[in-house]
Amino acid sequence: MARRTMVEAIRDALDVAMERDARVVVFGEDVGYFGGVFRCTDGLQRKYGTSRCFDTPISESGIIGVAVGMGAYGLRPVAEIQFADYMYPAYDQIVSEAARLRYRSAGEFTAPLVVRMPCGGGIFGGQTHSQSPEALFTHVCGLKTVIPSNPHDAKGLLIAAIEDDDPVIFLEPKRIYNGPFNGHHDQPVVPWSRHPLGEVPDGHYTVPLGEAVIRREGDAVTVLAYGTMVHVAEAAAEESGVDAEILDLRTLVPLDVETIGRSVRKTGRCVILHEATRTSGFGAELSAQVQERCFHHLEAPILRVTGWDTPYPHAQEWDYFPGPARVGRALRAVLES
Amino acid sequence: MTKPTPLSLHVPEPPVRPGDKPDFSRMTIPQAGRTRRPPLDTPAHDIHDLAYSVIRVLNRQGEAVGPWDPGLDAQALLHGLRAMMRTRAYDARMLMAQRQGKTSFYMQCSGEEAIACGFQMALGRGDMNFPTYRQQGLLIAQDWPLTDMMCQVLSNAQDRLRGRQLPVLYSAREAGFFSISGNLATQYIQAVGWAMASAISGDTRVAAAWIGEGSTAESDFHAALVFASVYRPPVILNVVNNQWAISAYQGIAGGENVTFAARAHGYGIPSLRADGNDYLAVRAVAAWAVERARRNLGPTLIEWVTYRAGPHSSSDDPSRYRPKEESDAWPLGDPVMRLKNHLIVLGAWSEERHRQLTAEIEEEVLTAMREAERHGTLHEGPKPGPAEMFEGVYKEMPRHLREQRTELGV
Repeated sequence: MARRTMVEAIRDALDVAMERDARVVVFGEDVGYFGGVFRCTDGLQRKYGTSRCFDTPISESGIIGVAVGMGAYGLRPVAEIQFADYMYPAYDQIVSEAARLRYRSAGEFTAPLVVRMPCGGGIFGGQTHSQSPEALFTHVCGLKTVIPSNPHDAKGLLIAAIEDDDPVIFLEPKRIYNGPFNGHHDQPVVPWSRHPLGEVPDGHYTVPLGEAVIRREGDAVTVLAYGTMVHVAEAAAEESGVDAEILDLRTLVPLDVETIGRSVRKTGRCVILHEATRTSGFGAELSAQVQERCFHHLEAPILRVTGWDTPYPHAQEWDYFPGPARVGRALRAVLES
Repeated sequence: MTKPTPLSLHVPEPPVRPGDKPDFSRMTIPQAGRTRRPPLDTPAHDIHDLAYSVIRVLNRQGEAVGPWDPGLDAQALLHGLRAMMRTRAYDARMLMAQRQGKTSFYMQCSGEEAIACGFQMALGRGDMNFPTYRQQGLLIAQDWPLTDMMCQVLSNAQDRLRGRQLPVLYSAREAGFFSISGNLATQYIQAVGWAMASAISGDTRVAAAWIGEGSTAESDFHAALVFASVYRPPVILNVVNNQWAISAYQGIAGGENVTFAARAHGYGIPSLRADGNDYLAVRAVAAWAVERARRNLGPTLIEWVTYRAGPHSSSDDPSRYRPKEESDAWPLGDPVMRLKNHLIVLGAWSEERHRQLTAEIEEEVLTAMREAERHGTLHEGPKPGPAEMFEGVYKEMPRHLREQRTELGV
């Protein structure tokens, strides 16, 4: 067991996966010699050689296209898109190819690849270093979409994703690469070494895909969150005094509707959080699922606290990011309605 | 300073339209046998001229001439002739099936049979093609069962793709035939990735990428050439230039003043341009490129110059955008006729035997079709059940799909 940041946990997951399976190859822009702009692949090329971990041309479509071809050959590619904001040129390969290959070939060819991409805001990243495009993946049949909120889960989920035989979109909230972030941008950053989930076991372990986890037990309201927003939810519950039950969804597709249903049936109320913009965001699907499955247990309308329906701004970072104050207001509002 | 004259947009137009006399006078076609055959390890910059020429073996008299003559024996030539004729007969039968309402859609490869049929013979077991929807010859040349292909087109109970895929978008892993996608050019970069995987694994297998000239305008064509240039994997980058992308002539794809083979120059990839209606040239050029790839000498781009003799698909009417007689005026002729004449010149074939073979193939295709139809057609007889629809989205069916399957009641 060691204290690790999320960056170190991800690197460790890649190291473990590459060590165990010679078919695992890691590539993307700057991931080879340099070790990645966020250091997530640091040292892997030195250890495994240039044919297992290498730099690619700046072409997202090319990166995912070759990954699909490698997967069809029998390798297990782990491709990196430098920022989730830059995945759009690869969207055709992800949606039309990786996601459909098993289905359209009736299992003759598969795409056992992982696409890692740093996502989310809270870092003054402006319009193209802050986006949360998860809903563009959850809407695509054939993909699994994963988003960890801490180093322990990041390692276990990434190893599980690499070992999974279906294509997995692995979103890494870059705001919490080096420490948890609860939205209090005016307070000093806390490192992962002071957080219990910064304890990351050595060697191989997995966190199964498709399983949510309860981060805080409570009776008053169920909060559905993932990524950075899990930490914002914890701060908001503490500060508002609302006895919220906080679920960290971890995997968005396939979704753990059982854990969600159990919690909402217990609390009778539900607040959904995400950084992504509201309209047709993943929160809409969550809201629909809760309404369909828990209608007779609901004592109040389901509320969503999300990014606004605008591009992610620069100067207005903290008016945009759904911080603990906004979440706290929603928690109180859902109790009062 | 004088005032500049108003700008105008250049929009390429084909030289002729319906009602006009076909005109291929702008095409430069070298005589057969005149184009040099460089050594396998020639660097790209030493063969720039070959991207602007056309490698041809069969001359007007039906003789095989020059350094690219693959020296095939009569048996190999007959195999090629038979494969092309079977492909054509298969196409005709399947188009008829579409017209009869037995399926929704079909795409022929009329006039382009030599390319896929000839290329396949250069590949070995374990190599992988990443075809478009117009390389059915890759399967037929290796005697893949016609019935199997027909069942896919008919979306019937024996369709190996379980009715999930549009007709002609075959998949046959055993035959080295990658699953066809409706999205153009996507497979081109995937072929490069597959070849990279072969190199990473220390394998000796090679990949063949396929694209039409129209789709070279897609960004994945560029991505494929960049990655092939950077990592030098064992891949053959085929561009089938049949002059037409549905209704758009090749000038709209960027071919007005330059060849598609020349595209490779900017990437430092060796490139050849060959007569796609000359079975012998196809065999020789394919073998050259495959051998290069297999010896770790890197990728090759090949532009196959041909003509799309038929409609784009069963939903297309080419008489609305090109002269009806254009196909007959195509200066590189018909691949089946040219190989047939060559065999006759060699004394290995006759009109009589050709008629016999035509009849045999007709019978073979008809028999295969009767067998396929026993398993159903799109609207009649057995077909894959609705429960199949939910299978294979993921390796294991997740809960939400199980729920949806239950909702449908299957």
